[in-house]
Amino acid sequence: MVITNKNPVYSVLWLIVTFFAISGHYILLNAQFLAIVNVIVYAGAIMVLFLFVIMLMNLNKETEPQKNRWLRMAGAIAGGCLLLVLVAALKDTHTKQQLAMTNGGNIGLIKNLGKELFTTYVVPFEISSILFLSAMVGAVVIGKKE
Amino acid sequence: MPINYYIFLSIALFAIGIVGVLTRRNAIIIFMCIELMLNAVNLLLVAFSKMHHMKALATDAATTVGTDGQLFVFFIMVVAAAEVTVGLAIIVMMYRNIHSVDVNFLNRLKH
Repeated sequence: MVITNKNPVYSVLWLIVTFFAISGHYILLNAQFLAIVNVIVYAGAIMVLFLFVIMLMNLNKETEPQKNRWLRMAGAIAGGCLLLVLVAALKDTHTKQQLAMTNGGNIGLIKNLGKELFTTYVVPFEISSILFLSAMVGAVVIGKKE
Repeated sequence: MPINYYIFLSIALFAIGIVGVLTRRNAIIIFMCIELMLNAVNLLLVAFSKMHHMKALATDAATTVGTDGQLFVFFIMVVAAAEVTVGLAIIVMMYRNIHSVDVNFLNRLKH
């Protein structure tokens, strides 16, 4: 749905549906913190940004120029081949017996994640804040009228 | 739930993202497909983290093995957010210059 829709606004809406589905999977896996972060960051912030840019550019008319048929077909076939190869390679692995714990285990709760984040991973956390700052500055500089 | 189901779901999401990048010409749609691929990887990381945790839980009841995987997912989300900010700024600049978001017009890198 995301890739077959002609209208970019519908694509964004379907992508939001997909993100909510993925958040549902996180809740099923008892990773509540990541589910909430996923809803807030992806379905909230990033998708609003996408919608804002699409509306700003007035792209919600269906006038996207299409690639020619053979190129589109080649792309679809290439993606399909990737899917086929990966599924075939992983179909017979021994992972069949492994279970992912659903509805149990408390490592996904914010207490454990926060403890780990602020003891073991405190340096990457601070570096990511610098990354955010530089991304903000970069976006402002790029978006400025030259 | 067997880990196989999560692997196949992630592969399907990733392949959909690849097909979208290869077949569409709208830069924003290509960007959204990249987000889709990142999310496929995130889902797989969480599933593997829980699998690992369940195996460790059999021997030690108070273990926190598997927290790393979920923190990696958190950092991937952080990086994706920063990337979207800069990427959308670039797309807006490109639209301002050439009045289109068609990636085929971008084959020169200089204007």
